[in-house]
Amino acid sequence: MVQTGADRTTHDTDRVAGGPEQARIDSTGAEHALSGVLTVRSLPAILPKLDALGEKDLKIDLSGLKKIDTAGAYALIRLQSRLQNEGGTLSLAGVQPDHQALIERVAQSLPKPEAQTQARRGMMDGFDSLGRKVVEFLRFLGDLHAMLGLFLARLVHVIRHPSEFRVTALVHHCDQVGLKAVPIVALMGFLIGVVLAFQGSVQLRQFGAEIFVVDLIAISILRELGILLTAIIVAGRTASSYTAAIGSMKMREEIDAMRTLAIDPALALFVPRILALLIVLPILGMIANLTGLIGGAMMAWIELGISPGMFMARLLDDTSLDHVIVGFVKAPVFALIIGVIGCHAGMQVGGNAESLGAQTSSAVVRAIFMVIVADALFSVFFAILGI
Amino acid sequence: MQETVIELRGIINQFGRTRVHDDLDLDVYRGEVLGVVGGSGTGKSVLLRCIAGLRPPQGGSIRIFGQDALNCSEAERRAIDMRMGVMFQDGALFSSLTVRENVEVPMRNLAGLNAGLRRELADLKIAMSGLPYKAGDNYPSELSGGMRKRAGLARALALDPEIVFLDEPTAGLDPIGAAAFDELIKALSETLGLTVFLVTHDLDTLHATCDRIAVLAEKRVMYTGTMADMLHIEHPWVHEYFHGPRARAAVETLERNA
Repeated sequence: MVQTGADRTTHDTDRVAGGPEQARIDSTGAEHALSGVLTVRSLPAILPKLDALGEKDLKIDLSGLKKIDTAGAYALIRLQSRLQNEGGTLSLAGVQPDHQALIERVAQSLPKPEAQTQARRGMMDGFDSLGRKVVEFLRFLGDLHAMLGLFLARLVHVIRHPSEFRVTALVHHCDQVGLKAVPIVALMGFLIGVVLAFQGSVQLRQFGAEIFVVDLIAISILRELGILLTAIIVAGRTASSYTAAIGSMKMREEIDAMRTLAIDPALALFVPRILALLIVLPILGMIANLTGLIGGAMMAWIELGISPGMFMARLLDDTSLDHVIVGFVKAPVFALIIGVIGCHAGMQVGGNAESLGAQTSSAVVRAIFMVIVADALFSVFFAILGI
Repeated sequence: MQETVIELRGIINQFGRTRVHDDLDLDVYRGEVLGVVGGSGTGKSVLLRCIAGLRPPQGGSIRIFGQDALNCSEAERRAIDMRMGVMFQDGALFSSLTVRENVEVPMRNLAGLNAGLRRELADLKIAMSGLPYKAGDNYPSELSGGMRKRAGLARALALDPEIVFLDEPTAGLDPIGAAAFDELIKALSETLGLTVFLVTHDLDTLHATCDRIAVLAEKRVMYTGTMADMLHIEHPWVHEYFHGPRARAAVETLERNA
């Protein structure tokens, strides 16, 4: 291709700037001539004009065509098949050899659409999807129990064969789940204590019953809030990280690799993670309780003038140990719920990145929801027992 | 006279203190299939990423379509990118979109292209890359490795680019699939007038598709030339590469088929 220097530069800058790539159709009577550049960029403008050509037997001269790409070739083939359907013909004249080759190539590789069955949407589909969702939910509950059973079975196995247990993994997860969560749990407990003391003092002062603020703080934090809010924070932090870690291993076939290497994923992945939660959650709950009481005592001192010594004495005299026990009994159950849901969601991850994200967020939502449901059931249970 | 579409001059690439490319020059001509070979770690993929604009080099100049690609406005760079397509090693398809939607993605940047036409063109590209029609409805995770590569090629070709970059197009394919892919590249480059920048380790691909080969060694492009030229080069690595047991097997099969 020989071009003069000046000619070429203008030509190139024109194109680089995404310049006007246009196709023109000139009609003189029944003679049509297509010129310019027929590409995917110029197609939207020229296509309506091609469709508007009314004759049955169309003759188009392409000798003025500078450039054509597959989209342009496709437009010509589409025009041809439209005319054939109407019983006409399309004859192209003055086609350059390389353009001809391209058009033939595109014509050869035209897709052959297969009939698609369009799903009908009606009343029955609604019932159908409702039924599927119910079954899916029941299956999910079943899966969770299976996961719990698997964990317990492997735990027993580990107790009988302690050499197979991965202590390093357990320590690592205790560090990740426990130690690194201490600051946020402590801060959360402290603030809850402060808020309870402040709100309680405003109300109790009306009755002159300021001193009961100690009972209010002690009972609500030790019995309910300390462990529940800790569990919710841990569910957010840990269920998601378990799902993401196990899910990405699943996605990259690492879990399949483990199976082929005779490593039991349940033993290697689930047991250390869930066990770490079982160990760490009560400790975190205790920290939340402690900082909650400190926060409450501080606020009671500032707001009501109850000295820390008096707070302590009142706390030890009046608050039954039952509250603390009731609080801590829940911790292992919450830990199991969070761990099992996190690990289960990780195993549900499929082959693509999107399912990893979906499972991670749904693991958090489910874990928090189930923790609250379990807490409600505990309340009913303890009420019946009268503790 | 051949038109140079990509012109690299004095390219320097380094990671920390290790220099991968030092004063590297390379020209790519319009319409050719250029195969880039080199040992592991000689920076073939780095070079590809450099030209594709994914990684600015530490030094040197890159001219694409006669335009300085390193010192140009974002709009100009975008215009250059629209004329190039990249096929990544494993396709790099968007996993949350179907194959057809993947191929439609670059077309969405074009104003005026309506959804129906976009879909038809995507179907055409999918068919041209040798995928069955039904594959358009599949998600990338439902495809085999070879099909993902073809889908990646379909997406790279979506806007009929003038240059396509192929990163190891036949790696991980079975010999029959690889041979079919070689033919596909050759046929597309001939009919579409494509310029192909091909990074590969596959000697069969080099034999079957490449007009010219560039050998990366000692931090620069040591040699460029046709396959026949390569066979007469004395440099130890190049000699080993093109005369090793695998190379001989590739030449023999080619001669048998000829």
